[in-house]
Amino acid sequence: MLEIDNLTKTYADGLQALRGCSLTVPGAEVVAVIGPSGAGKSTFIRCINRLVTPTGGSIRLDGTELTALGERGLRGVRRHIGMIFQEYNLIERLTVMENVLAGRLGAVSFMQALLRRFPQADVDRAFELLARVGLEGYENSRADALSGGQRQRVGIARALMQEPRLLLVDEPTSSLDPKVARSILALICELASELGIPALINIHDVGLALRFARRVIGLSAGEIVFDGAPAEVDEAALSRIYGADDWRDAFRQEGEEDRHVAGEGMAS
Amino acid sequence: MSERSHDAILATERARRYRAGGALLALLAVIAAAGHYVGVFDGARLAQGVPALLELMGNMLPPDFTGWQDWIAPLIDTLAMSVAGTAIAVIASVPLAFCAARNTTPSAALYHGTRNLLNFLRTVPELIMGILFVAAVGFGPLAGVLAVGLHSIGMVGKFFAETVEHADPAPIEAVRATGAGPAQVIWHGVLPQVLPRFLDVSVYRWEYNFRASTVMGLVGAGGIGFELIGSLRILAYREVFAILLVILATVIVVDGIGSALRRRIQ
Repeated sequence: MLEIDNLTKTYADGLQALRGCSLTVPGAEVVAVIGPSGAGKSTFIRCINRLVTPTGGSIRLDGTELTALGERGLRGVRRHIGMIFQEYNLIERLTVMENVLAGRLGAVSFMQALLRRFPQADVDRAFELLARVGLEGYENSRADALSGGQRQRVGIARALMQEPRLLLVDEPTSSLDPKVARSILALICELASELGIPALINIHDVGLALRFARRVIGLSAGEIVFDGAPAEVDEAALSRIYGADDWRDAFRQEGEEDRHVAGEGMAS
Repeated sequence: MSERSHDAILATERARRYRAGGALLALLAVIAAAGHYVGVFDGARLAQGVPALLELMGNMLPPDFTGWQDWIAPLIDTLAMSVAGTAIAVIASVPLAFCAARNTTPSAALYHGTRNLLNFLRTVPELIMGILFVAAVGFGPLAGVLAVGLHSIGMVGKFFAETVEHADPAPIEAVRATGAGPAQVIWHGVLPQVLPRFLDVSVYRWEYNFRASTVMGLVGAGGIGFELIGSLRILAYREVFAILLVILATVIVVDGIGSALRRRIQ
């Protein structure tokens, strides 16, 4: 269970990315987070695993308060939160297998990771996961030799390698063509329900969100302005999220926020 | 109205031209003063110098290779100096670079400290370091290795640090998100990205270090330069010329090997 209460984030330069967001995800549920660029979607999702440090509010995952955790405790929690990224964020020069095993970095010692001596159970599991996401036989290919859809499948396998209790998914389909985007999103939703874990998916494509999610959250200017079932997303709801003017115009991809998120760097 | 603003534009243009002309004149004056100070315009001395130079060149011909057997060991010394010196520099530069890169440094104090250290090492020429190390560990290649190695850290460390700073933050973020510690983030998120460039810089530096090692002998720090200064002292110009040709040939070979190695990286 994920409980977020009155979450706020103000960046160092004064940009208020989140202004008091509250959200409870009781169990295995695919939640789509939609909203215009700059609404705070990236910040919202990164506050949960503290890649971005929230300014205020509380986040509890299965009862553990995440905002109060120290360095070591934080790493322990991150170990169980899988994350999937828009640009896949693979290590391009390494093989598919090494990228998937990277999902276990939080669980093995530095020396084990240094010598790339992952336990056999991990290696077996990595093979299984690669087969599950449709990449059997690609284990030794270099990540930069794969297509966009295949790279995202590696990203998914890496996240699942963590045996996650929660999946954070940031614009998983923005860099993919529509057909591949649908199959990737379908795979993520399928896997989340197989594992029985909640998934939070940032997505700017409203059509895809309505088709795959069981619940839709609308973010606008750092506030949650809609929370309901896909069937309840009507024009009134969309204009509340994207603004009263033709909201289709608001579907831009890149925003101010990306720069801020990147600016938080490697601090923790 | 339009005419007046046109005039204003012309006046601004003219003022800019005058300023540029003034700056150019000032620059020429500085160059002329510097040239005069060091005697470049001393026609009489230059005129004297030309025949002396021609005579010197005459004394150098034909090159005298009879002592070639004595140069083999010093050449190997020089090569070994460049390899060992580069290795020392690269090994020391890796940890320093992660301290001197904004995105991986453990603390701001360490960042500024290492940056200053690298600047300092770059500032002290390797010949000066050679003199100091000859005084410390005595004549021979060891002093040369230490001088070449220490001086190289300044440049290699800086290039490594800049490479680390240009690493793509996206995969680094992904590794952090798995719960990896700082050392694992560097090992799995940063190092695979920067390794090709690290190798490229190292080989390039080795090429440079071989050239630097050839003159280390001038201050007694070992290698072929020692033979060169020895022949110069006894005014054996034909031998000097022969040694210079040998150095030139090995530099060309080393540069060739270096470029071939660097082409194979990526």
